[in-house]
Amino acid sequence: MSVTSSDLASHRFVAGLTQSQLDRLAAIASSIELTAGSRLFDEGGQASSLWLVRAGRIALDLDVPGRDRLIVETLGPGDELGLSWLLPPAQWQFGAVAQVGVSAFQLSSAAVTGLCEADHELGYELTRRLLGTAIGRLQAARIRILDLYAAPSRIAGGSS
Amino acid sequence: MNDCRYPVRYRVSSRLAETHDTVTLTLEPAEDPIAAFRPGQFTMLYSFGIGEIPISVSGLPGQPALTHTIRSVGAVSAALCAAQPGEVIGVRGPFGTSWDDADAAGGDLLLVAGGIGLAPVRPALLAALAQPGRYRRVIVLAGARSPAELVFAAEYGEWREHGAEVEITVDKADASWPGQVGVVTQLIGRAHLDPTRTTALICGPEVMMRITARALTAAGLPAASVWLSLERNMQCGIAECGHCQLGPLLLCRDGPVVNFQVAEPLLTVREL
Repeated sequence: MSVTSSDLASHRFVAGLTQSQLDRLAAIASSIELTAGSRLFDEGGQASSLWLVRAGRIALDLDVPGRDRLIVETLGPGDELGLSWLLPPAQWQFGAVAQVGVSAFQLSSAAVTGLCEADHELGYELTRRLLGTAIGRLQAARIRILDLYAAPSRIAGGSS
Repeated sequence: MNDCRYPVRYRVSSRLAETHDTVTLTLEPAEDPIAAFRPGQFTMLYSFGIGEIPISVSGLPGQPALTHTIRSVGAVSAALCAAQPGEVIGVRGPFGTSWDDADAAGGDLLLVAGGIGLAPVRPALLAALAQPGRYRRVIVLAGARSPAELVFAAEYGEWREHGAEVEITVDKADASWPGQVGVVTQLIGRAHLDPTRTTALICGPEVMMRITARALTAAGLPAASVWLSLERNMQCGIAECGHCQLGPLLLCRDGPVVNFQVAEPLLTVREL
């Protein structure tokens, strides 16, 4: 389903872009609806889309031999899904599945790259925003590595 | 009025295992009770013959019974967690500042908790839910290590039924977990907060509180609207012994609830 610039403007990823930039992004975006359990991609597949999640929840997951499939992270309204297309080899590092019904804007990575190549100002803006997404996920992953909740809590039990 | 230097005997009336290492005890007074507590305050719980530790009250204010949620991490907390109905333990308090200082009436009340940090904010949540209309929104964002380590998990549905927006996330999960996975700060961006109307109460591991408070101020909340529950080595509870000093604060008296404006410069001072 086609997308207008006013539809797209509701997503925080594009907040602050000019009307012209929004128009060009909206022209390459489509609106999709996914039912619970729908798989968007598998680990190792060709990374070729960026999704801006409007509603619902998507799990990034990974098959681990001998164990159940593990959820790496979940993404929800306002989040972006799909960064692996930015750099070679443009291959998904995780899988992605809709945990519940999902509504999202989908943008072809080739079309986004084309817009960025044609307009470096827009390219800079989008790259900066996607870098912000990557930094946020890196910081979150580092915090999770600390395993803060495993340490003896001094909040309500003390180490005594 | 009881002398807060001496424990009052309370009898365990119920014991609920929240997780593999965390228990919620309900205590009924076996003699004149301690003074009424305010949400956010703590008591010193005494396992006779073993020792005494600070534990935040986790139940609804205004009840004769006291509720505490305790994680077994050492000798005293293990003994308290093992206490069975009918056993007697000592209680001193209540001590310290309360969430009442962060009155958000008319606005949005945001509770952000990590792990067992949900216990100290639970009284504020229950009090808010008992007063429909007092707040525009009541939002709970809680994180835990895994689904099996969520405390009060049986209550989330009831909290939602009473109007709270409850979002739960865990650090680790397999595909059988239908909920969110990630750090609790990632829930902030999805909560559609109005920074001009939101008052935030945060409790959890101190690193989690620091990053959460920073994320909230980055989202536009004034530092004055952000409150933390801090703890050091509370012992006397009456600001006499000095063990719980944090800079100019004695947290048994000036805490545990401290405004982020005051706490921020203290939380990054490396302790000896």
